[in-house]
Amino acid sequence: MTEQAIPASPVEADLETFGALVDKEPQKPPRSQWKDVWDQLRKHKGAMFGGGFLIFITLAVLVGPYLWNLDAKTLDIRNKNWRPIYTLLWDSGALAGWTHPLGTDQLGRDILSQMLSGGRVSMAVGWLAMILALLIGTAVGVVAGYFKRADFWLMRFTDLVLSLPILPLVLLAVTLFRQPLYDIFGSPEAGMFVLIVSVIGLTSWMQTARIVRGDILALKEREFILAARSIGTTPGKIIRRHLLPNVISPIMVSATLGLATAIITESALSFLGVGFPSDFPTWGKLLADAVPRMQEFPERVLLPGIAISLTVLGVNYLGDGLRDALDPRIRGR
Amino acid sequence: MLTFTIRRLLLSIPTLLFISLVIFGLLQLAPGDPMAQVPLTVPPEVKEKMREALGLGAAWYIQYWKWLVQFFWIEPQVYIDYLTTRSTLWSWLPDTSLSEGKLRVLSWQTRSPVMDIVMQRIPQTIWVVGLAYVVGIAIAIPIGIYSAYRHYSVFDQAGTFITMVGFSIPPFFTGPLLIVIFSVYLGWLPSIYDTLHVVNDWASFKVQFMQMIMPVMVLALQTTAQISRYMRGAMLDNLNQDYVRTARAKGLSEATVVMVHVVRNSMIPVVTVIALGMPAIFGGAIITENVFKVNGIGQLLLTALYANDLPMVMTLTFIFAILIVLFNLIADILYGLLDPRIRYD
Repeated sequence: MTEQAIPASPVEADLETFGALVDKEPQKPPRSQWKDVWDQLRKHKGAMFGGGFLIFITLAVLVGPYLWNLDAKTLDIRNKNWRPIYTLLWDSGALAGWTHPLGTDQLGRDILSQMLSGGRVSMAVGWLAMILALLIGTAVGVVAGYFKRADFWLMRFTDLVLSLPILPLVLLAVTLFRQPLYDIFGSPEAGMFVLIVSVIGLTSWMQTARIVRGDILALKEREFILAARSIGTTPGKIIRRHLLPNVISPIMVSATLGLATAIITESALSFLGVGFPSDFPTWGKLLADAVPRMQEFPERVLLPGIAISLTVLGVNYLGDGLRDALDPRIRGR
Repeated sequence: MLTFTIRRLLLSIPTLLFISLVIFGLLQLAPGDPMAQVPLTVPPEVKEKMREALGLGAAWYIQYWKWLVQFFWIEPQVYIDYLTTRSTLWSWLPDTSLSEGKLRVLSWQTRSPVMDIVMQRIPQTIWVVGLAYVVGIAIAIPIGIYSAYRHYSVFDQAGTFITMVGFSIPPFFTGPLLIVIFSVYLGWLPSIYDTLHVVNDWASFKVQFMQMIMPVMVLALQTTAQISRYMRGAMLDNLNQDYVRTARAKGLSEATVVMVHVVRNSMIPVVTVIALGMPAIFGGAIITENVFKVNGIGQLLLTALYANDLPMVMTLTFIFAILIVLFNLIADILYGLLDPRIRYD
């Protein structure tokens, strides 16, 4: 018989149930949400490699130019066309040495220091454009989601911007507004930097806005928002104290995607010859300049290309891991 | 469904007008001067006359209106004229001459109608881009199906890694890389796409095939990576559903369960992703066309930008915008047609 014995009296039953509920071992210390997220993220090998590589490359381009303090723009025409140090392994007569570990280009500029300062620009463009896009996207998303009157028009506007042809328009803006920004900012590099960051930021906020709006729409109907409103919290405070902390996870995921896209777009612009001026190294520029000589010096194409690809790969893996870690349905599995 | 389609079609008109206004405004704000290349010995009053001849003297709204009329009213007339007089399919219709003597959108570089040049360039783009898309989809869907079916297997892990890599490597790196490997070191494939090549026998077809491999593969890599990820995700969502268990319980073979029941349901989101990706790949083709010297519309846009040829830039960018709006509409309609749970009305 599997039937359970009927307890003699209700009081006794309660005691028995209560007895089962008593914890025999001491309680575990309370865990925060972010600790759970971190534990889940740590299990995702790709995300750990990706994040590690992203931190490594960011530190390398930040600190590297101080450690390897050869100027990236100095011409040294007597020492041009050095090969990377590893060519000595199979060709002992090659022009290579520790003074220029990755060789020099056709004008004698050191490739290692060009890679470092080029990476600095590429990463700075990527981070700043991503932050700009996130700020615009989150602002549009929150306003559209929270204020019903703004929703229709803001979302129509987002749809309109989404149907703009992005790459042609970016090309257009960068080619056409080069000169006036030179004049405003004094130097061609500064003008181009501002132009590229703002152009990429202004054309990639739409996905974030849509995701944030969707989440805000769902959150707005929850009881804790009703409670906050019933005690007289102002909309601005509700957004800052209650809504924004709850949409931080989709924002973080779209941040990683945005960083990858921004780096690729900047390199593509430099590759097409409409980016930074030619004596100002970025990874895309180095790659583009090396293409005509890629038969004799394939490493000059490979090094910046691998740097871009690995960074983007790392960022994408980190985004993948973050998405899994921030999703409470997957977490803990 | 029909009312939805009509409503969306009507809504796309203001969208397109807005986009054309944005592009036109950008071009108006731009400081580039089409007279910059004219020698300095030409006196200023002659330069002013030349500028007026290009239509630059008028106010911006008149210029905009003229472009609108030329693009939406006169160009279709030109096309109808072409259909009734010279095309093979419709030339039995009575000849029309609707566009005779009317001014079309002229390129400042060549002084010939922009649409004529675009029509010359579009076949190359469609061949390379279209074929790349078809190849990409044909590779992506089996990969997606199999890696979802064998979830967490070696194949799945490797497939996920390769699609991630394909997703991350930009085409301006894969292009030169493939050229170095296959054209320079191995010497198997030509590095430049020859547009004048005519296919008329087996040998010339082989040449055409060889020169298409690299540009198509570079573009297909991006497509494959994206679509196989979506396919895998959609399959994973569907494989755990109750109807799959029911199908297995009925005694259907595993092949029928997966290939008929699950794949058909998983294709719904994937088809819309395929439609939405079409315009993006046209945009991405700008870089690939530049690497492999394919003279398609992406390369045309780049040269027009460098030459400050504003009518050409305006028209081409607007064509890209039309593609985006059109394929967004197609994606929405397909979604409604394929998925009976979606009802727009």
